[in-house]
Amino acid sequence: MTALLEQLKICVERGKINKMSPYPPDLKDQDGADELAAAAVKQGLPPEDILQKSLVVGMSNIGKKFSEGKAFVPEMLMAAKAMKAAMVHLEPFFKSGAVKAKGTVVLGTVQGDLHDIGKNLVAMMVEGAGWKVVDLGVDVGPDKFKSALSDHPDGIIGLSALLTTTMVNMKGIVEQLKAENPNRVIMVGGAPLTQEYCSEIGADFYSPDPQGAIDYLNSLTT
Amino acid sequence: MKYKSLAIDHPKDLIFGYAPHTVKTRRGLTFGTGLVYPELNFTLPPMQVSKDNLKPISDQYRSIVHGALERALDLHTNGLVFEFEALLEMTRHPEIGVEIVKVMNDVCEEFYHKYQLKSEIRLTPNDLREFERPPRSRTSPLLDLMFELFDKGAKAGGDILSIESTGGKEISDDALMMCDIKASFFALAILGVRDMKMLWKRIVEIARRNNRIAGGDTACGFANTAMVLAEKKFIPKVFAALIRVLSVVRTIVAHEEGATGPDKDCGYEGPYLKAIAGIPISMEGKTAACAHFSPLGNIAAACADLWSNESIQNIKLLAGMAPTVSYEQLEYDTRLMNQAIRNGKESILHFQKLLCDSDAFLDPQAFILTPKNIIHISKEIIKGEGHLENAKNGCLKALDLMQEGVRSGSLKIEDKELVWISSLRDEVASIPVNEDAFIAQMMPLLDSSKFIPSEYGIFV
Repeated sequence: MTALLEQLKICVERGKINKMSPYPPDLKDQDGADELAAAAVKQGLPPEDILQKSLVVGMSNIGKKFSEGKAFVPEMLMAAKAMKAAMVHLEPFFKSGAVKAKGTVVLGTVQGDLHDIGKNLVAMMVEGAGWKVVDLGVDVGPDKFKSALSDHPDGIIGLSALLTTTMVNMKGIVEQLKAENPNRVIMVGGAPLTQEYCSEIGADFYSPDPQGAIDYLNSLTT
Repeated sequence: MKYKSLAIDHPKDLIFGYAPHTVKTRRGLTFGTGLVYPELNFTLPPMQVSKDNLKPISDQYRSIVHGALERALDLHTNGLVFEFEALLEMTRHPEIGVEIVKVMNDVCEEFYHKYQLKSEIRLTPNDLREFERPPRSRTSPLLDLMFELFDKGAKAGGDILSIESTGGKEISDDALMMCDIKASFFALAILGVRDMKMLWKRIVEIARRNNRIAGGDTACGFANTAMVLAEKKFIPKVFAALIRVLSVVRTIVAHEEGATGPDKDCGYEGPYLKAIAGIPISMEGKTAACAHFSPLGNIAAACADLWSNESIQNIKLLAGMAPTVSYEQLEYDTRLMNQAIRNGKESILHFQKLLCDSDAFLDPQAFILTPKNIIHISKEIIKGEGHLENAKNGCLKALDLMQEGVRSGSLKIEDKELVWISSLRDEVASIPVNEDAFIAQMMPLLDSSKFIPSEYGIFV
């Protein structure tokens, strides 16, 4: 691997977006993923190599560190932003769709519930993992999910709730969405949720943390 | 900021059970006078909350209060507080919330008249404004519903008025996830402070009109969110500790506007409010593990005047219903603290030292809650002119203390967190103390779809 690709990998892993970005402090005033990806393209390095040997490896490294408890969420999110900045320079080369999103995830906090930081965290991390996210916000009932699915027919649904008195609203949403399409994949999460409850209401997947949701989503693509 | 000197300026006077400005309730509970009281909080088991379901919901609340009061008689309590933390539908339809307060108050009255058992209700409506995105903090019609529950709920028997208000949370949420300390400053020291002024002016007025107690607020949606994220290892603990210190300048606004305390249990910034404003405070610690984990189980009790459990579901356990069980745990904890008080100041300080020493070394969020560090940081928080400057001074002092704690071996911080202390210091130090200058600096950096500046009196 060239020194340039190695440096680009480090910038993605460390979340160095561009020369102007102050983060991380020890890389201040140095070129970031944006400038290095542009330089790699200009040098004529194969786009596939730039993607697979540099960007993907950088993201994979930070993901591994996070899973091992050696990195924090903001470091993951900064890495995702750096990757996005680099991808801008590669997109023209992937007309075939090789860099298209892995799929679409439609997320919402269920009706009657305003708690959304967990859902937002899932949205950011799922997006960073290469998925398109449609975030419907809070207090979302079945009709809003159905409406979003008419625009994203293959969308995977993610339902969130924080209260014992609002998680019960998941049941109706799952029933209605499954009635329309029994193959619709529905994930659930939130503090009061359990695997038991997930199974009871007919949802497909429960995870106590965002990483579990990402692993599950990625498993659907393989 | 209104406060220019500390109500308690020595760590040895920042203790549980005593507050400079005591508060007495209508049935005779006296907070801050040398007794620590249990404060029981509870929630429903999984069930629908709606107007059509009011009877079974009321029955749940009635039985919870009845069960706890019966146990309280057996345990010879000095008295207790029930916190009615409304569920969203109960504020969205205030008549539901009012009916539940009435049901609970009837049981409290019955035990007061039959057995002279003193109990009171803390009424905590929801901040509904979050239903709208971006929220209309000042002009939303949802505010009317919140104030309706405050007013009618106070008339129905709610004695202490509190809220977990959320002004500025729309900026804070992303700031926490990105560990963006400048955006957190904007959320808490600019937006939060402005919103609290508006909100608490009205809550204090409602309390006065109804001869009730304006308790206080909590930065639950800010600093406790940070604490939970840190507990899940999503963000650094030093960042969460800093958000706690930052939250002080926001939560204290309730008391600048006339709230007398007791401040609400989930505000772990409470001991700072006690040191600065002299109000009695409610706290929650290991007894709140039924609702959420925290690294503050023991130290949270160090300065408490009420001792709470945050929230427990009304489900059956071996001994009985969970709220009754939780109440018993609170009663025994407070009995122990009250025995220490009866034994004298030396005994209080010894007990407090055990509570602090057992937690403070292990986590920066606990470290900044030792009475000594609270006084050090509080002195900085009142030193400047405005809330922003005070927040900056307090946070810089907290970072210095954490750094010194690590150096001296009195605070353990994981290696991966150490780098955050210096980077956070650089960020905080670069914040201008002039509000207008800070607002001008931040506005281009914030997501304009997330908040409405004019709803906070910001016109640029």
